[in-house]
Amino acid sequence: MRTLLWSVAAAAGLVAATAMLDPFRNYQLATIAAYLCATAGLTVLTGLNGQLSLGHGALMAIGAYTVAFAQKSWDSLYLSLALAVVVTTVAGAVVGLAAARLRGPYLAGATLALAIAVPSITITFQSVFNSEQGLPVFLTPPRTLDIERWQALVAGGAAVLVMWLLANLSRSHLGRRMRAVRDNEVAASLTGVAVSRTQVLAFVISSACAGLGGALMAFLAQSVSPGAFPLTLSLFLLMAVVIGGLGSLAGALWGAVLLVALPDVIHSLTEGMVLKPAMASRLEGNLPLAIFGVTLIIVMLAAPGGLQGLFSRLLKRGHHAPNS
Amino acid sequence: MERFAFLTFDGLANGAVYSAFALALVLIWRAARIVNFAQGAMAVAAAYAAYAVTSATGSYWLGFAAALAGGMALGVLVERGVMRFTSHSAPLNQVIVALGLVLTIQAGLGMLYGNEFRPVGTPFSRDAIDVGGVPLLSQYDVFVFAAVLTIVLLLALLFTKTSTGLRMRAAAFAPEVSRLLGVNVGGMLTLGWALAAGAGAVAAMLVIPTELGLHPHAMDLVFVTSFTAAVIGGLDSPPGAVVGGLLLGLVLSYVSGYLGSSVTPIAAFAALLAVLLARPQGLFAASKARQA
Repeated sequence: MRTLLWSVAAAAGLVAATAMLDPFRNYQLATIAAYLCATAGLTVLTGLNGQLSLGHGALMAIGAYTVAFAQKSWDSLYLSLALAVVVTTVAGAVVGLAAARLRGPYLAGATLALAIAVPSITITFQSVFNSEQGLPVFLTPPRTLDIERWQALVAGGAAVLVMWLLANLSRSHLGRRMRAVRDNEVAASLTGVAVSRTQVLAFVISSACAGLGGALMAFLAQSVSPGAFPLTLSLFLLMAVVIGGLGSLAGALWGAVLLVALPDVIHSLTEGMVLKPAMASRLEGNLPLAIFGVTLIIVMLAAPGGLQGLFSRLLKRGHHAPNS
Repeated sequence: MERFAFLTFDGLANGAVYSAFALALVLIWRAARIVNFAQGAMAVAAAYAAYAVTSATGSYWLGFAAALAGGMALGVLVERGVMRFTSHSAPLNQVIVALGLVLTIQAGLGMLYGNEFRPVGTPFSRDAIDVGGVPLLSQYDVFVFAAVLTIVLLLALLFTKTSTGLRMRAAAFAPEVSRLLGVNVGGMLTLGWALAAGAGAVAAMLVIPTELGLHPHAMDLVFVTSFTAAVIGGLDSPPGAVVGGLLLGLVLSYVSGYLGSSVTPIAAFAALLAVLLARPQGLFAASKARQA
């Protein structure tokens, strides 16, 4: 019930926010929403179930290409988005089954291999995927809305739906089983939890979320290309959920905001500095990566709870202050 | 037939490099139960050090020595500076820290040298020598085999014949008992990281000239392939890693030769999935249980 109230409030806030923001901010909001689907899925997998995926960027690519193909055959956006979720669910099941008997590094390695393989699939079968150029995504935006506002509403609505479903999942029997498997596999199996099945299920659910995120990305960019889904994207998603905080879905939200905001902030910082053009172009792509990497290490060493962990610790301290 | 022979030798040469790199992964796995996902990036950093030294002095061998020394120093730095302070409460933590290192190292190299491919020279000719009218392998391939063989033999000698090797195995197998018996467990762990990073750096030096050239991401695919090789071997077994690397080198060489080079990453992924589905304990794992 509480999650439903939160979701209704979030949806109302979304409608109000999109009406006030300018098109560029609306587009950024939509991008955050698309990332949020993927980071929320990854939080369930890593934070709730203790498995690591380095292939969520590749799963996003699968969702994105599905939307591109579906929109070419018919022009029904919601049907295409749903199909993208179905296709990535199947892909996630295949990888997840292979990973079912494996712990930690094996799933990470298998999904890493997936992340490297997906871009070369688009080059190998270039007659279908059109190689590096990628494919356009056909859209017919509604006449009554700005295209950016429409994108923000659709992506934001999808993200609210995902968050609502995942929040309920986390409080359900399945969520409890996932946490039990994360904390101690032996103890979980002794209490009758099917460890492998829970792990595969977590991976499949997580894949479906990533697929929806990728589908929304394709819908926002109105095109798909392998360059948009490099290995770095998978690492970014992981970084986002770790820095945001693996413990709760709210961490996924902070992570998604960070993914959109941080490159923007760094870009305006480097613009302020006076640099030679060659140096500027080297910094342009690499400085955000370096900052992400260093932050990731520092967070893991100093504050494993991430941003959300820090916030909730601060809140608790404020709560207890009058008594102490 | 001629093409088959050429692909076989080319695959074995590549496979030797995968073996060396997989061996480095197995070393750290055995010592610390960590799959070092940063190994590719660390090896590329060492190769850039070699590039800088070679361009400054004009000597390939000084660069090679710089890569070896720099790689080992980086291994020590990563273990002493970062990994030692990572909480062991969940096995994921170290993997995540390693990925942070990947982002940092690759971005740092990109800022220093730019994200373009830089061609690197080889000390020996890469033209294939004809044996009975069939071009088989080049002088450089012979050098690759010799270098990898040296690494494998040195490591095997170290671990089986010296007291340092015994201490390293003891420290990995039973750290508490070893510490009571006077083994410097932390020091052995650092030594393990240094050796593994050194082997990885040599593997990078050997493989990068045969690919597109030096690039911050030059070892990404080599890492995935070598991880697959290590998994084929059982992740715990050094001989398994060597055999797995050679096998995978052959398979990928045939795939790339007959189907096109863009299929190679897909084949590596398919091979990994197949091994994980069919024989997750690997071909050479001694124990049945596989726990991270």
